[in-house]
Amino acid sequence: MSKKQDKTEVETTGHSWDGIEEYNNPLPRWWLWTFYLCIVWAIGYSIAYPAWPLVKGATTGLLGYSTRAEVAKDIQTFDEMNAAIDAELAAANVADILPNTPLGDYATNAGAAVFRANCSQCHGSGAAGNVGYPNLLDNDWLWGGSVDEIAYSIQHGIRNETDDARYSEMPRFGVDEILEPEQIDQVVEFVLQLSGSEFDAALATEGAVVFEENCAACHAEDGTGDRDFGAPNLADAIWLYGGDRETIHESVSEARFGVMPAWGQRLTQAEVNAAAVYVHTRGGGE
Amino acid sequence: MGLLDKHKFIETNATILLVGSLLVVSIGGIVEIAPLFYLENTIEDVEGMRPYSPLELTGRDIYVREGCYVCHSQMIRPMRDEVERYGHYSLAAESQYDHPFQWGSKRTGPDLARVGGRYSDEWHVDHLTDPQSVVPESVMPKYGFLTDTMIEPEYIDDLLKAHKMVGVPYTDEMIEAASDDFLAQADPDSDYDALLERYPNAQVRNFDNEPGISEMDALIAYMQMLGTLVDFSTFTPDASR
Repeated sequence: MSKKQDKTEVETTGHSWDGIEEYNNPLPRWWLWTFYLCIVWAIGYSIAYPAWPLVKGATTGLLGYSTRAEVAKDIQTFDEMNAAIDAELAAANVADILPNTPLGDYATNAGAAVFRANCSQCHGSGAAGNVGYPNLLDNDWLWGGSVDEIAYSIQHGIRNETDDARYSEMPRFGVDEILEPEQIDQVVEFVLQLSGSEFDAALATEGAVVFEENCAACHAEDGTGDRDFGAPNLADAIWLYGGDRETIHESVSEARFGVMPAWGQRLTQAEVNAAAVYVHTRGGGE
Repeated sequence: MGLLDKHKFIETNATILLVGSLLVVSIGGIVEIAPLFYLENTIEDVEGMRPYSPLELTGRDIYVREGCYVCHSQMIRPMRDEVERYGHYSLAAESQYDHPFQWGSKRTGPDLARVGGRYSDEWHVDHLTDPQSVVPESVMPKYGFLTDTMIEPEYIDDLLKAHKMVGVPYTDEMIEAASDDFLAQADPDSDYDALLERYPNAQVRNFDNEPGISEMDALIAYMQMLGTLVDFSTFTPDASR
């Protein structure tokens, strides 16, 4: 303790611990009043807002505040602002939504937001896809790249459990022993030939016969695929699961079964249309 | 001489000081916690909530074990941006069978309260095995080992009993059939009608598309169920919350 403090005439608290005493300095007045004000504020606050637990429920507060009402109101405000254009978007035939019109611009921007929140996890934030998840930027479409077809794919999904989903199932030629192992080796070489990769000519000649008998029904005789079955074009250099020998072998032997959820169950019609327009404008739209 | 003048007596007797402190702290705790047990509007009645099926419950244990809650919350807050992104805000009823709850307090990854049905099973396998293969910007670690760890319903009835002890309404029938239900849910060729009767809307599939039941199957079964149970077409929000 400094000498200066010793000279002041502040009372002690009266507590004495082994001869050590404690000054009883008053709190600064501004601090004390702020403290009292906070208490008064808290009382008012607990009357105005939901606070005190009673027998059955808590007091609801004079202002009638509710977080649920708040969020409902917030969502409604924005829904109302967009109500007219959303209704127009939902009712529109997606093929008629033209770019560079107010509706087209709105659909593209809204669709981009829908895509980022719901589609990017599989198709990538830039829509370039991933192994097993189609690239939406190129001109290669499994089920059709017109805006109507895209809208249908989004609405109903692919190979999910809903009734209207796009559906096809490639047989597991190896696992279910539909083809002999050597036949699979042959047809893989033929597929490599179709897509312009390096191939074994002798095996591929045999493979052409296997292909015609087992694969051509869906993938077409020239291997260009059939969109009615979502059967991919095998004659180009674009591959969903990979175009090397081992991967094609796996695809033939175990088959693929890519699933997309039916987004119509989760999104509104306007959101589905918006996403379709957005995807269609990414570069590959037909 | 009021109580305030007795401070010397209280402060110089450690036991009395301890008991006094405990009393004061308890009041705060009781006021905050006790009402939640009796207030009628704490948990609303909703259509569709049911206890988790044995396979889902096992998946939930794996979720907890791997610390998924450290980065993923399961709690959609009532705010417009969250509702727009994740779906309807979470209800207390939706975590009523969670012991412990998985609300989480931090989101390094997205909220998972309504992840069920959002992605295909195959996506979940790809994503858990190598998250960056589908989401290049992700910082999530790889959980591919789940596919290799096969599981048996060895202690499943004990698990259900433990949850029953803390208040989850598992019936004796559910506990008795736990092992069968566990196996049936991962096998689409099994007779799973009884399972669906006990656990409505349970999804029956071979979740990881590999033979046998692995931890991957259980975890995906759990995640594909998340947020899908409550029927929101029958739900009217009560403004008293």
